[in-house]
Amino acid sequence: MELCTKTASELIGMLRAGEIDPIDIVDSTFKRINDKEPDVKAFIAVLEESARKRAEELKDADRSLPLYGIPVAVKDNMCMEGAQTTCGSKILTPFEPPYDATVVEKLKAAGAVIVGKTNMDEFAMGSSCEWSAHHPTRNPWDLERAPGGSSGGSAAAVAACECAMSLGSDTGGSIRQPASLCGVVGMKPTYGAVSRYGLVAFASSLDQIGPFARDVRDCAMLLDVICGHDPKDSTSIDREPPDHVAALDAGAAGMTVGMIKDLFGEGVEPGVRERVSAAAEVFEKMGAKIKEIEMPIVKYALPAYYLIAPAEASSNLARYDGVQYGMREDADDIVSMFRKTRRAGFGAEVKRRIMLGTYALSAGYYDAYYLRALKVRTLIVKEFEKAFAECDILMSPTSPSTAFKLNEKIDDPLAMYMMDICTIPVNLAGLPGMSIPCGLSDGLPVGLQLIGPTLGEQALLRAARAFEIGSGICGMMPGEKMD
Amino acid sequence: MKYEPVIGIEVHAQLKTDSKLFCGCSTGFAAAPNHHVCPVCLGLPGTLPVLNRKAIEYVVRTCIALECEVSPASRFARKNYYYPDLPKAYQISQYELPIGRNGKLTVRAGGREKTIRIHRIHLEEDAGKLVHDASGGSCVDYNRTGIPLMEIVTEADVRSSEEAVAYLTSLRSILQYIGVCGANMEKGEMRCEPNISVRPVGAEEFGTKTEMKNLNSFRAVRLGVDFEIERQIDAIENGERIVQETRRWDEATQTTQTMRSKERAHDYRYFPDPDLVPVEVSASVVELIRAKAPELPEPRRVRFISQYGLPEYDAEVLTGSKAMADFFERAASLHNDPKAVSNWIMTELMGCLNESGKTIDECAVTAEDLTALLELMGKGVISARMGKDVFKDMFASGRPPAEIIKEKGLEQMNDETAISDAVEKVIADNPGPAADFRAGKKQAAGFLVGQVMRLTGGKANPKIVGRIIEDKLLSE
Amino acid sequence: MKLTREEVREVAYLSRIEMTDEELDRMTGQLGAILDYADMLNELDLEGVEPTSHVIPMKNVMREDVVKESCGVEKALMNAPDRFGDFFRVPKVIDEGEGH
Repeated sequence: MELCTKTASELIGMLRAGEIDPIDIVDSTFKRINDKEPDVKAFIAVLEESARKRAEELKDADRSLPLYGIPVAVKDNMCMEGAQTTCGSKILTPFEPPYDATVVEKLKAAGAVIVGKTNMDEFAMGSSCEWSAHHPTRNPWDLERAPGGSSGGSAAAVAACECAMSLGSDTGGSIRQPASLCGVVGMKPTYGAVSRYGLVAFASSLDQIGPFARDVRDCAMLLDVICGHDPKDSTSIDREPPDHVAALDAGAAGMTVGMIKDLFGEGVEPGVRERVSAAAEVFEKMGAKIKEIEMPIVKYALPAYYLIAPAEASSNLARYDGVQYGMREDADDIVSMFRKTRRAGFGAEVKRRIMLGTYALSAGYYDAYYLRALKVRTLIVKEFEKAFAECDILMSPTSPSTAFKLNEKIDDPLAMYMMDICTIPVNLAGLPGMSIPCGLSDGLPVGLQLIGPTLGEQALLRAARAFEIGSGICGMMPGEKMD
Repeated sequence: MKYEPVIGIEVHAQLKTDSKLFCGCSTGFAAAPNHHVCPVCLGLPGTLPVLNRKAIEYVVRTCIALECEVSPASRFARKNYYYPDLPKAYQISQYELPIGRNGKLTVRAGGREKTIRIHRIHLEEDAGKLVHDASGGSCVDYNRTGIPLMEIVTEADVRSSEEAVAYLTSLRSILQYIGVCGANMEKGEMRCEPNISVRPVGAEEFGTKTEMKNLNSFRAVRLGVDFEIERQIDAIENGERIVQETRRWDEATQTTQTMRSKERAHDYRYFPDPDLVPVEVSASVVELIRAKAPELPEPRRVRFISQYGLPEYDAEVLTGSKAMADFFERAASLHNDPKAVSNWIMTELMGCLNESGKTIDECAVTAEDLTALLELMGKGVISARMGKDVFKDMFASGRPPAEIIKEKGLEQMNDETAISDAVEKVIADNPGPAADFRAGKKQAAGFLVGQVMRLTGGKANPKIVGRIIEDKLLSE
Repeated sequence: MKLTREEVREVAYLSRIEMTDEELDRMTGQLGAILDYADMLNELDLEGVEPTSHVIPMKNVMREDVVKESCGVEKALMNAPDRFGDFFRVPKVIDEGEGH
């Protein structure tokens, strides 16, 4: 078996035993990238030169580093010195940040080898990766289909074994939905568990960085490296983070798993509903109790989200004005320069959300839209609190459908927004959520979403690991079809 | 018809923190543009703000001095607008929940006391600086970006330019006393923007107000506010309508001019900044800060009267600025006659400062040098008259008095034999006045003393001269 | 509330995005549809409900007033589309209106 198809924990075992060196993994990884990229196009920038240099340096480094020699890809909205950070947008082409995001610093300190910057919907706004200004990414399970988004590149790169693990960001489902569509594990940690410093902001009160991996153990390993308090992020939670890997094997026996009935209804594909319902039986088999939960408020999460996130985005993206960095359209006066630059630099979806958010915040509409949405957010938080009074974790489908065809939803914004209907409530409540593969429907992966209480990552990972054991679904990979 | 002006004043005071409000960049003077900047204050994608604790402490200190209620919970909001000197295209400021509210400051104007209510005090970040270049473009320097500004807004309680200046003078003094702001208007450490309207005396309703910018000195405030009041009254009397707008004081023409086109209304789309968490200043923290707070001008003035026996007027002038009051107290602690110290500061020192346009901070004379001079005069080493000249030299050169006296040979002549010789010569040379004196015309003594002083190059001790003249002429 | 093209034109100006009339028409339709969908929130009784802007209750996150070294002028200007000496250069500023 090629090294690139192994999980990080397998590779670490081999590295520590001295069977292989980091450079062997890098060789295998870039061979894979060269093979797959013409089809998958998961990356915006492949960083082969710096990765090789890093692997050479690591040869004599401490092999006990937690991610020693592991190839990791980073979504292109996380800043890293010496590489471009474009956020999938023309307006940040070119932009080379003069600093490292905290997660990038942590990856480097942990001994990881960063292999490239992955593709994404422009400024993380989208659910298909088709809104990237560079190129769409294709789903490794079916190249005619979208990998999901916005972290579609990070999900596809892990699914195609172009890296062992990757980082994505999740504002309304941008890690979990592509993880679901690409058949990999993806987690959005509790808001504040991972530093946002260096993550280019989309909606600051919802954005959170999280890991992608091919199994739950790798996901926990990467989470252990990136989480923890960061004095550079005022919203980062100040506590000693737990050891997530150590908590993995406690099993699901005695756990109460709540099924959110409201997320199994209308709009969910029968194949998805079937696989996710079957997952409940696996939990029962593993000794957990299943409890049906009603959360009627969740249907209001999507409209609330499409006011809150664009409002914050309209402010966060105002800085792209051609003054300090990125593209600039020439004009005789400053206002024309601003307007022309932003016209040429932003894509259709980003413009739509900036306009929507500007409107929701503007005088006369603030109370009717933005403030109202923040109040609905309170109700959502409360309803989750109620559910967690009775359950240890909650479950639902991650995405109402399996991977859809490229261009299928691009002209219908609302239809695209519906792809995040199950994931958005979790962001609004700031809770940890993950997607794990729970089988195939018509040959395409189906994702099971698990939701934990605030800082309940350990319970989530423990349940997810129990599911892998109980279902035998672990490290699912696209079949021969893609080759 | 008689009109009365209604004025509210907004002051932006630059806080004297070492680092910026949300990052570790220096707030100090930078010789070149874009040198005190980092990814955070440049607003680079991905960066996040972290609040400076000292800035909050300084605002709370100000709230205490201005008798404001300190909000138990305040928060930061984004004020969104596009301008090239604003790197994030929003300014982090405070909107709904400022740190301080409902304070007051009592000032003396026109011989009576006037209480001006403080509406709110909040904290925000400064923007950068635009320089217009010869090529027709504009150049941006972000050194100033992110420096903490405290905004102090009064209620519309001010009724004249005199009250406006009295308020600003008193506010400046307080900010200097509590050590939160240099408060030098010329340096832009304290910027003031009055809003002005006029209404017929007795009317309840407010007129349409205009906001004024570019008032960079107390003098400009006085002239600008008076000009704007007159302009508005003239306009109303001519049947014109006052337009709500921002007007700029033009120092060259001594007039105000429209600055802002009102084509498009401003819509700053304030909302709570999701990158920052609420600030809660508990009552116990307020008490802690209050306990550490330095003495304010008013209690110090009262203390100067009781402790040093100074007249009301002296105490008021000396406590007008913290630096001046500190100078006095230092000198008074070194000398046994505080009133003499006060007299010298009030006349000689302040005279020199006025003449040179310097402030006490820039003054080369130390409190130690001043008291040394007073000691030398007390011992009769030099005369009071000489003392004044020596002081001028000290002010100009910064040298200690003894050195100046020695170098210029200014020691007073107390040698009776030498003085006696000089007196004899003067009497011989001026028989007329000498005869007058003998005949009982006491005024003639003044002339004779003057002649002796001239003969001795001003060094003779005038008291001894007077006594010897009397002895010689009246004993004959 | 029916969104008009003139409102959308104003929002485009506030957002500093240049748009043609045709684009404004399309945007009016799309934003209108999303706002109609958002009107669903009016079904909820929000009387007495406090807004949530921070999900994790935190307060008083502050740093000490300590000066750190700046990033240096070259790093600051490394991405500048146009510079003049150590300044960022931009086209003529005509609208003084919104500045300080």
